[in-house]
Amino acid sequence: MSAPIAFSSSSAAFFAGAKTALTSVFMLVLAGTYIGIGALTHDFGLSSWWLAISTVLVWAAPAQVILITTVTAGAALFEIALAVTLSGVRLFPMVVALMPVLRGPTTRLRDLLLPTHFTAVSMWVESLRLLPAIENQWRIPFCNGLSAGYMATATAFGFVGFYLAAGLPPLLAGGLLFLTPMSFLMSTARNARMMVDKLGLVFGLVIGPLLTHLDVSLDLMWTGLIGGTLAYLVHRVREAAT
Amino acid sequence: MSAVLTELWPYFLMVIVGYLPNEAWRAFGLILARGLNEDSEIVVWSRAVATAILAGVIAKLVLFPTGALAAIPLLLRVVASVIGFVVFLAVRRSVSAGVLAAEAALLIGAFLLVP
Repeated sequence: MSAPIAFSSSSAAFFAGAKTALTSVFMLVLAGTYIGIGALTHDFGLSSWWLAISTVLVWAAPAQVILITTVTAGAALFEIALAVTLSGVRLFPMVVALMPVLRGPTTRLRDLLLPTHFTAVSMWVESLRLLPAIENQWRIPFCNGLSAGYMATATAFGFVGFYLAAGLPPLLAGGLLFLTPMSFLMSTARNARMMVDKLGLVFGLVIGPLLTHLDVSLDLMWTGLIGGTLAYLVHRVREAAT
Repeated sequence: MSAVLTELWPYFLMVIVGYLPNEAWRAFGLILARGLNEDSEIVVWSRAVATAILAGVIAKLVLFPTGALAAIPLLLRVVASVIGFVVFLAVRRSVSAGVLAAEAALLIGAFLLVP
């Protein structure tokens, strides 16, 4: 195994992380996703600054899409909070898996607060891939730089999507709105390595529209609980059978 | 006064029903990071629930869209999604290739079909 990568200072590690973010494949995926979300924001009558602040504060594309599509549609606050809460569950195991990689012998809890807030699919996948090769003391600044690079990309392209949607002919604006579901679909499918995750995706795709069609209230919550639990039960039965 | 409130209301909602419920999971993960591993049963189940919710959001955006996307016929939206997904699988699970193919199919189809 080669010697761990070291930096001369924390800021050097931070900028190396930011540079990695701006040259990675996730940069394209994030740009596409946030152009789509920018267009969606425009479509639902929210402001471009609302989107920028939500990108920095919420920093989770699925939760932001739920917020955008429900806040102005007059959904019950309880339902929005519940849908966001359920969509954020995946952040919990990500943080749990990431912290042991970031934590060194002298790490203080407050050094981990920023990486915790930054945790999202893109940064998580790249952090787990890149951090083990870096010397322990530089991992947190590198991770912060990487995350800041992704967050800046997302914020900037949110504005791009918002103003494109405002000025484009309807057909192309429709194409922009199509970016969000497509980039979610492909990146979720790519992250679904285990059978239980693949089943969760398929069940959700079928049950979600079915419940919407039947006009069931709290449809997203039920989609998650029914689809996810079904997927989990199939997974348990298969495990028991082998 | 009420005009200011109306303008600030979406920001208030963002913090209360967006930022807080989302951030709680991260804080929770930081606190409990020592106790659980990624393969424990409760984590597997919650990941399946989270994936199903996300899938529900995806399907709703394609099947029951709003605004400009609603002007493109339902069948075309579904066919373009399937084409995108097949290309995604064919090109070594490349997200960019899949998204580009879906977009190309949707826009070409719409250009030819929508008057």
